[in-house]
Amino acid sequence: MSVSTEQVRHIAKLARIAMTDEEVERLAPELNNILGWVEQLGEVNTDGVEPLATVIDQKLRLRDDVINDGDIRDNVLANAPEAQHGFFAVPKVIE
Amino acid sequence: MGELTSKTIAELRDGFRSGDFTAREIAEQFNAAVAAARALNAYTVETPEDALAAADAADQARAGGETGPLAGIPLGIKDLFATQGVDTTSGSKILKGFKPPYESTVSGNLRRAGAGMLGKLNMDEFAMGSSNETSAYGPVISPWRRNNGSNASLTPGGSSGGSAAAVAADIAPGVTGTDTGGSIRQPAAFVGICGIKPTYGRCSRWGIVSFASSLDQAGPMAKTVRDCAILLEAMAGFDPKDSTSLDVPVPQWEANLSSDLKGKRVGVPREYRIDGVPEEINALWDRGIEWLKDAGATPVEISLPHTKYALPTYYIIAPAEASSNLARYDGVRYGLRVEGVKSLDDMYAATRAEGFGAEVKRRIMIGTYVLSAGFYDAYFTKAQKVRALIKQDFRNAFEQCDLILTPTAPSAAFGIGETTDPLAMYLNDVFAVPASLAGLPAMSVPGGLDAQGLPLGLHIIGNELDEQTVLNAGLAIEKRAGFTARPGKWW
Repeated sequence: MSVSTEQVRHIAKLARIAMTDEEVERLAPELNNILGWVEQLGEVNTDGVEPLATVIDQKLRLRDDVINDGDIRDNVLANAPEAQHGFFAVPKVIE
Repeated sequence: MGELTSKTIAELRDGFRSGDFTAREIAEQFNAAVAAARALNAYTVETPEDALAAADAADQARAGGETGPLAGIPLGIKDLFATQGVDTTSGSKILKGFKPPYESTVSGNLRRAGAGMLGKLNMDEFAMGSSNETSAYGPVISPWRRNNGSNASLTPGGSSGGSAAAVAADIAPGVTGTDTGGSIRQPAAFVGICGIKPTYGRCSRWGIVSFASSLDQAGPMAKTVRDCAILLEAMAGFDPKDSTSLDVPVPQWEANLSSDLKGKRVGVPREYRIDGVPEEINALWDRGIEWLKDAGATPVEISLPHTKYALPTYYIIAPAEASSNLARYDGVRYGLRVEGVKSLDDMYAATRAEGFGAEVKRRIMIGTYVLSAGFYDAYFTKAQKVRALIKQDFRNAFEQCDLILTPTAPSAAFGIGETTDPLAMYLNDVFAVPASLAGLPAMSVPGGLDAQGLPLGLHIIGNELDEQTVLNAGLAIEKRAGFTARPGKWW
């Protein structure tokens, strides 16, 4: 399988990373090199093997359904590049 | 009083407790050493006042007769750990100036045990790298140099490279590291110190900047095996705030340290004899087996048949999880934001383009690709299935042995800028990654020097939750290797 520069642009869009044509040209062969290498996993017979998502043998714990935190608006906003009136501010998203 | 900076944590702790010196004297000497070693670029932020405040509290507590297990010990904290009110950047430009309003559980545990903080330690960006060259704040320079008269700057390894360099250069008696695919063990080997990655879930991941959540695990790095046991005891423990934290008691690893390995079987995996690995490294491995035999253990040949597939599996799973974890850096809630954009989408893309370095972008791209529609099963699900087989290999092996001995890394430290191919760089973790995929405790201890006078490490892998056997085998090697080499001070 080979990744075209067109596909690299598409992945960059999905990953929300702006890329110049030059970066795309450089990255395509690098990604192909790495993806070509990982394709050796195709040699491994994994019929009937359950995918392993976590190495620890435990069920996800649920916490008690109570408010254990809160009233920390200023903490939450403390590092925001732009905060206005107690909210995160972003560029205009609706006309 | 002498040079306190060259002492181990155990020596500092015992000397402080018996009144040979004060915690303030310890902190002052380390603060001065940190300030004098800026050429190494090991610290991104220095916090001398923090170290002094903790020291004064420790001195007062001692006067009152009540001290914590780490009272009087100042530590370096890898910049992946959120530290309240102190810059936490993860080695990335995208988090420049980020001051967490909270403290990571692990660093909080260390503080509660009485430790102070000397500063934040440089690292590969988002822990992605094996040489510290991907840090947005410049590479860490290893205190070691080759013995051939060359002044070439060497890497301390990565991603916990600042951590490793700090211990080796006597500018911290102990440090925190994190290990996703070898990031504690490979740098420990490169600079001739000890480092242990515990069982996945032993240390809380809460407040540690996420890279690959199913693999990330914090651990200590220090001069000796005993110091690692002391630090790990203070770091580990159940944390309800981390859903993957293990609800099991923390053993008394230090009190139970013993280098007597009678009755233990040491697995020697035949698949770890890899073509192209320098003969010196295989020779050290053989010496390590002899040392463990001398300590009473019996070597057994074992097979880990899927070893060859561990690295490619890792380089699907880790980037996949990273691409998802790093989606949070969007220029809205914290960190960098690029202005002058037309839309919210543009702002995300421009901010991430500007804020992430080349290696991080590369891994996010791989991760996004292997998780994308049409490729998910072929890459991601396939890798998770191979991961299950790798875990099964270790389960089978631990029916025949109690611990496994291998080399830590396939080479000694290399020069900064010497390895430019990303794939060649990934191969550095060939021995470390399988234990990470299986979530097992694993440790590197210094074993000797190569022909260029650079440290080489031996790697001990233990069964789930059996850090004690790993530490004990480490102690047995430490006693026999007699590794006392230190880098000459040039900085």
